[in-house]
Amino acid sequence: MSTSPYPWAAGFHPGDRPQIVTSRFQYEDAHTIDRFEATGGYQGLRAALDKSPEAMAEEVKNSTLLGRGGAGFPAGVKWGFTPQGVWPRYLVVNGDESEPGTYKDRLLMECDPHQLIEGCLIACYAAGLSQCFLYIRGEMPLAHERVAAALDEAYAAGYVGKNILGTDFSVDIVLHTGAGAYVVGEETALIESLEGERGMPRLKPPYFPAAVGLYGQPTIVNNVETLANLPFIAKEGSAAYTAIGTPTSPGTRMIAVSGHVKRPGVYEIVNGSTTFRDLIHGDDFAQGIRDGNDLKAFVPGGGSAPWFTAEQLDIPFEGPQAGAAGSMLGSGAVMVMDSTTDIPRAALSLVRFYAHESCGKCVPCREGGTWLYRLVQRIVDGHGTDADLQTILDVGESICPGDMPHASSERLGLDAVPFPYKMTTICFVGPSAYVPIHSAMTLFPEEFAALVTPRAERRSIPVMAGVGE
Amino acid sequence: MSETPDTETPDTAAPDTPATAAPSDVEATEEAVEHAPEEVEDVEEQPQVELDPNLVTVNIDGRDVPARKGDMIISAALLADTYVPHFCYHPRMSPVGMCRQCMVEVDGPRGPMMVVSCMTPVADGQVVRTDTDQVKRAQEGMLELLLANHPLDCPVCDKGGECPLQDQAFSHGPGESRYVEAKRHYEKPIPISDLVYLDRERCILCDRCTRFADEVAGDRLIHFISRGNDTQVMTFPDEPFVSYFSGNTVQICPVGALTAKPYRFKARPWDLDQRESTCTTCSVGCRTVIQSSRDELLRYQGVDSDPVNWGWLCDRGRFNFEAVNSEHRLASPMVKFEAGLTETTWNTALRASAAMITDALAAGGPESIGLLGGARGSNEDAFAWAQLADALGVTYRDAQLGDGLPAEVLGYERATIDEADGAATVVLLGPDLKEELPVLYLRLRDAAEKRRTRIIEFSTIESGMSPYAWRSIRYEPGAQPNAVAKALAESDIAEQLASGDVIVVAGRPNLAESAEATMAALQAVLDRVPSAKVLPALRRGNVVGALSLGLAPADADHDALATLSAAAEGRLELLVLLGADPLDDCPDADLARRAIAGARRILSIDTFASQSTQHADVVLAASAYGEKAGTTTNLEGRVTTLAQQVTATGTSRPDWMIAVELGLMVGESSFGSDHPLRGVSNVADVTELIAADVAAFADVTPAALAAEPNGVVIGPILDAPAPVVFSAPGRNSYDYRLVVSRKLYDRAVGTQMSRSLANLAPGSAVHVHPLDLDAIGVAEGSDVKVVSAKAATVLPIRADAAIPRGVVWAPFNQGEGTVEDVIDAGTATTDVRIERL
Amino acid sequence: MIVAKEIIARYPRKKSALIPLVHLSQQQNGWVTEEAMRHVAELIDVTPAEVYGTASFYEMFRFEPTGTYLINICGTLSCQLLGAEELMHHAEQTLGIRAGSTTADGLITLQHAECQAACSEAPTLQVNYRHRYRVTHDDFDQLVDDLRAGRLDGDVPPHGTLGRNRQQIPADRFVGAPDPDDVTEGPAWIQVSPA
Repeated sequence: MSTSPYPWAAGFHPGDRPQIVTSRFQYEDAHTIDRFEATGGYQGLRAALDKSPEAMAEEVKNSTLLGRGGAGFPAGVKWGFTPQGVWPRYLVVNGDESEPGTYKDRLLMECDPHQLIEGCLIACYAAGLSQCFLYIRGEMPLAHERVAAALDEAYAAGYVGKNILGTDFSVDIVLHTGAGAYVVGEETALIESLEGERGMPRLKPPYFPAAVGLYGQPTIVNNVETLANLPFIAKEGSAAYTAIGTPTSPGTRMIAVSGHVKRPGVYEIVNGSTTFRDLIHGDDFAQGIRDGNDLKAFVPGGGSAPWFTAEQLDIPFEGPQAGAAGSMLGSGAVMVMDSTTDIPRAALSLVRFYAHESCGKCVPCREGGTWLYRLVQRIVDGHGTDADLQTILDVGESICPGDMPHASSERLGLDAVPFPYKMTTICFVGPSAYVPIHSAMTLFPEEFAALVTPRAERRSIPVMAGVGE
Repeated sequence: MSETPDTETPDTAAPDTPATAAPSDVEATEEAVEHAPEEVEDVEEQPQVELDPNLVTVNIDGRDVPARKGDMIISAALLADTYVPHFCYHPRMSPVGMCRQCMVEVDGPRGPMMVVSCMTPVADGQVVRTDTDQVKRAQEGMLELLLANHPLDCPVCDKGGECPLQDQAFSHGPGESRYVEAKRHYEKPIPISDLVYLDRERCILCDRCTRFADEVAGDRLIHFISRGNDTQVMTFPDEPFVSYFSGNTVQICPVGALTAKPYRFKARPWDLDQRESTCTTCSVGCRTVIQSSRDELLRYQGVDSDPVNWGWLCDRGRFNFEAVNSEHRLASPMVKFEAGLTETTWNTALRASAAMITDALAAGGPESIGLLGGARGSNEDAFAWAQLADALGVTYRDAQLGDGLPAEVLGYERATIDEADGAATVVLLGPDLKEELPVLYLRLRDAAEKRRTRIIEFSTIESGMSPYAWRSIRYEPGAQPNAVAKALAESDIAEQLASGDVIVVAGRPNLAESAEATMAALQAVLDRVPSAKVLPALRRGNVVGALSLGLAPADADHDALATLSAAAEGRLELLVLLGADPLDDCPDADLARRAIAGARRILSIDTFASQSTQHADVVLAASAYGEKAGTTTNLEGRVTTLAQQVTATGTSRPDWMIAVELGLMVGESSFGSDHPLRGVSNVADVTELIAADVAAFADVTPAALAAEPNGVVIGPILDAPAPVVFSAPGRNSYDYRLVVSRKLYDRAVGTQMSRSLANLAPGSAVHVHPLDLDAIGVAEGSDVKVVSAKAATVLPIRADAAIPRGVVWAPFNQGEGTVEDVIDAGTATTDVRIERL
Repeated sequence: MIVAKEIIARYPRKKSALIPLVHLSQQQNGWVTEEAMRHVAELIDVTPAEVYGTASFYEMFRFEPTGTYLINICGTLSCQLLGAEELMHHAEQTLGIRAGSTTADGLITLQHAECQAACSEAPTLQVNYRHRYRVTHDDFDQLVDDLRAGRLDGDVPPHGTLGRNRQQIPADRFVGAPDPDDVTEGPAWIQVSPA
């Protein structure tokens, strides 16, 4: 069972830090409207309604609230991309959390659904969004139950629906449950899915949701954690928000630490200043590597992120710094591998994940991802050759042409290649199948060399039978 | 899961980027077979581009080329003859960016960027490179990935030799594959319809067929199923890809995944000879290439003619080449002797024919000769026969069989298809375009779906167009003029009509109802919108040409129904059937039977032995489509070329030649010594003669047609009809008002003699609303007696929610039980009782 | 039927209700039948092929009979690092079936799954998508025993049931979901500045 002090919030550890989005996790009944209202709930909404929508939007912009879904784009700026005079506009809440290593949106929905609803309402009010769809990953029935119950309460109490709190602000929030497809977490795929289609991403441009989104209308897609920050910003003001964290990465963010650590868990950390060392080794966080082992490598930002090793431990949670070091912060997930880890096998689990989750639209991802998976599987099974290692790099080149980001390694004499990569696919699922195997092969080449047998010639077959004339 | 890495943050896009580009109206030759080499594609397009205010200049590989705002880089490149390899891109469908093969480099603020050229719009001053090392590396890589799961069965694949994947693998591919893992395996070709096979192992998932089914045809019966590496194209279990347009998916498939049953394993591309031609299955006049091998027609492919068919064909038009090859074709002329019709020489048959003409003239004068048909041939055929009829003084003549509209409908100011597709409003007065003029249906459906045009449809039952119509108004047979007058007076419709151009599409909606009803309805539209143009939705391939070149009746007293009545009454010494089969094609079956029995002599010129030829005294074997050259005129009045691609069957001859020979043989009482047809020696001479002789065709010279593959549009040639007054009788409440209309597949010889199409006709039945079925008190599928004032017939009955209450619908010419028996061509409407047996 | 209509009415376009309606049909049958897809197609005016096309994209929809309990064992990195492969091996031994199949009594279907968003509690599994954390081999055996004995009936509804409650929007509070084509003006609370 979980080591969390709060069994209803499995894995969550509060610590002695500011809490913006997890402040109610201490209450088992935080998901009820009674507890929510008793602990300052819907005060942010009231504060927002006392302002003009423009003023509320300005407040969010001033807070520099960064999107928590992975791209880290400022939410207030994103809202501003909606074209003038085009109605209706929609809010789509991305609760399809499924990036390997990541879980925070699930806890936010299960433990404090009203906070999310309040965030949705503030966003709709400020950006003129007339309907909200709250898309929850299908494999989270508890979140579904909690959010559904909370919405029922909120409708009954007059917080959602027609003429909210007696004003002319009216918005529906519709709970929509997904059905199992990682790629739907990509915002344009999420919109396709919400339209009843196969969740295949659309090309940006032209399909930037803010301009051309749900049903072709301007649509704001925000992550659950992003929206969960809005009640605090509305109630306490942007200055209170920016007082936490750093100027470029203000506030807090939720980070899940998993793998070979003593106390894996979910932590709300101060953004921008907390380092990976704090997180992995700090007493208030994961408390170090299990069994007294050494750290071998860690994935700093969800399964899609290039890997770091102990050399990068002192990098803080700050996008540009992680990027310069060759990776990204992504969705807030650190997966730790200790010295006992079989690196090729670990990489295989991620390659398989992304190959499996390809939507099938772009050829490099659909064909390349599966090819990579089969190559790595064969190597792990001991049937690979050194030519297969080169093939992996060549297939990867077809997905991510040019230099692939990776961390520096003093041991191997490698300098970091900064993030991001180039890609031949629409979304990053394809590249993400290559990222882990590329990181693993770059940082731990000896483990692959030990698995493969040398082979004089490349294996190849004709690409296509000629048809004589 | 994260939303997206920093590589694609919104700041790189202007928020006002359009969602989809307007379809490019540059000449698109993609996949549709290219125009014949002597035709210069850019002749008409180039000036148009320069006049466009939205012109931009793009630099592609160092060359400045013009492009239109909203166009994608790939279309600008292809237009400038810079080939960019691609599979999923198709100029007539929205881009999806799936295959990633068309990547090019575009200079951006942060240096060159790789983009997919099918989804990246052009911009003024844009610098594009299609030939850098990085581009080549990407293209090679993409091909290696595409080929990873593609089987090596090219030697037994129909597509081999004309396969974009094969071609590009050689031109842009890596030359070898390192993919040694197991390939995807699926059950080898499975029939997904009666006409199309699907081999999922060959499929590269480009989304062309599925996009076509969705966007173009609206028949969403094939779909991607499953996900990722397991994605496949499939139908729903037990719901085959039944679409009138399924053959197009075979044509646009960039690999051999989709193959057409009529062509499977028939030929190799390098064995095929081909010429560009025009389909004459219906009057849309789709441009095609007809392909043959060893003097046998093997395949038709759509050509992307911008004003007409955009590369699409219907399946009936695509696959009815089988009929031309049929062993049932008439190979030589026949004369009726004691033992019945017997094959003979042309000399004997022509002499016998000439004698019948001379005898008829002697016995009853020109008023005793009737000439029906001529709409299935070429302009040259129709002209020569009209000239012969003129020379003989024949007045009973009609290229229709009482199943269209009065020929004067061609006297209105005529619209083009492009004018209809793009008009603010199209008023549709029938028929069901999907059944009768399928590619016109595609064009108008596209116009409605893409919101270029609003369609106001008047119909008795739900039609193929109903789901796309802005307003779909039902009327009871007989009430069309009133329904139109009333609806057009409604404020929202009046407002719509006033908002821009109005085009009326008018054809025959109901064969059990007088054509006068539709003429009156058409008049009602023109009364309200005098500036409206008319697009005549008449059906037969060259009906407009035939009617325009002299095969129209002078008046209603000499049209097909009058001719058949005269024959039935014994007033015709000779009935000439020029590719006409009244027994199958005339809505009033009883009249047709009496006419065939009552005509003293019958001369039939036909490609097949039909119901009617059985009764002929002389049958002259005619060459069929693909066996003769010439020109044809589509419903717009667009004259395009017909190609001869194979040798005519047996000793069969083109209709025009038969007319000339008969005229010569009859002598002075027909073609006088100075008659211009005396001097013709080939079909081009006749074409020249038409241009010289018929004012409306003055511009339609062989030279003009050679220069313009999209043809030359002629203007109105007949006088507009006088206003008609139409009123329908009331009916009693026990009766059902009858609607009889055509389905795409029926008993027509071209369909029945095409092996692949013959079984697609739905068969005879009467259809009523489910509640009416309950009221009649019979079970679905049981036989009922259908009784009109004239006759009774027995047909199975079916429930159909698309039929309004009080109306009964039956498909025309489906054989077996004959609903045609109960129709009286002389009445305004047909009311029937339905009785339990 | 009434529920289906209510769900459809929440969306500006009917097809958006496709996934919720297929969930509903899976709840009724435990898996998605062809008949159910035809029915959904009718309700939202699309072809059955479109319903199948969309539904088959998503892993939770199953197109063959499925056990009352679907056990998904996560195998993605955090779980892999902490014994997921061994857990799966143990599960196959215990149940006597390979991953991807169903026990002979039709009670349990075992599957390999990807990240279940509970990474700190690895290795995890879900039974009908209800989480089980830090699952030991003994925990797994206990779970199977409990399922077989019906001891978890209260906690774990049969396969197909997503949430035990469903959002109810009171008619008098519902703003409505007009088709965007029919909306020309901005919302009431936004002062639209003149263009």
